[in-house]
Amino acid sequence: MNTVLSRANSLFAFSLSVMAALTFGCFITTAFKDRSVPVRLHVSRIFRKNVEDFTGPRERSDLGFITFDITADLENIFDWNVKQLFLYLSAEYSTKNNALNQVVLWDKIVLRGDNPKLLLKDMKTKYFFFDDGNGLKGNRNVTLTLSWNVVPNAGILPLVTGSGHVSVPFPDTYEITKSY
Amino acid sequence: MLYYQVLNFGMIVSSALMIWKGLMVITGSESPIVVVLSGSMEPAFHRGDLLFLTNRVEDPIRVGEIVVFRIEGREIPIVHRVLKIHEKQNGHIKFLTKGDNNAVDDRGLYKQGQHWLEKKDVVGRARGFVPYIGIVTILMNDYPKFKYAVLFLLGLFVLVHRE
Repeated sequence: MNTVLSRANSLFAFSLSVMAALTFGCFITTAFKDRSVPVRLHVSRIFRKNVEDFTGPRERSDLGFITFDITADLENIFDWNVKQLFLYLSAEYSTKNNALNQVVLWDKIVLRGDNPKLLLKDMKTKYFFFDDGNGLKGNRNVTLTLSWNVVPNAGILPLVTGSGHVSVPFPDTYEITKSY
Repeated sequence: MLYYQVLNFGMIVSSALMIWKGLMVITGSESPIVVVLSGSMEPAFHRGDLLFLTNRVEDPIRVGEIVVFRIEGREIPIVHRVLKIHEKQNGHIKFLTKGDNNAVDDRGLYKQGQHWLEKKDVVGRARGFVPYIGIVTILMNDYPKFKYAVLFLLGLFVLVHRE
């Protein structure tokens, strides 16, 4: 066997094992960290329409509109093994039709290096808040929480919920025309 | 001598198979390790990244989870995030997905007339991730000549190292 070839072979094997050890090290040093931080949510405006669901099944469903504020400091979550955080604001509620409904209203990607302090005011929802039916009418308890998916350089992909949520009731009446 | 080698080879192949099937049972998923094939989840996952999945029945599907699913009639698995769920009293869940890097949700990808996905379409939920390793699988699929070259070299290697 050519010595160049056998040297290249052992070099390749060595670098592969070093990379594997580093990757495993990245994973094991951050596998059990608590990735939760306190979050402050506030809802400033909430109203509801009842229209044909144009995003999917064409039935008349409740369409909710929420204007919200988010305050959170995500700085402590980022470490050597966090590539990005996928933040999402979700509304959770139950209706006559469905025991549990969860709808993502807004999301954001925060990469490592981006500003980790969130100070968002008067945000509109990114996605249409359609219910599966007419369950938002007079719904007492729609809970908004901010959660995030920690995407590591290598390792576990946990879903973490921020501590702090806000529950809002939806009005009984429909809004016919209201600018949003 | 040759008999011993064949038996040895058979042992290696069957232990690899057992490990794979064992993983399938522990995770509850028919495909516990998948390679990301498209860029629809960037910047989190790129083509060639490896995902470790579980599909345990006790873990209900919730928003924000990254699911790997198959659309009825198509065999390519898709890796996207759950956007909406509606769960009935009896535990039946219907949900909607969207790729992080896509502007719209996946209703355009589903079957004609299908608005929701159900548990039966799910291959698994992504729980762990290792970057880049799956590139080899993609290369072997896109360039079949590369696959044959690798197999040929492996065969050559085994024959040459007979002790």
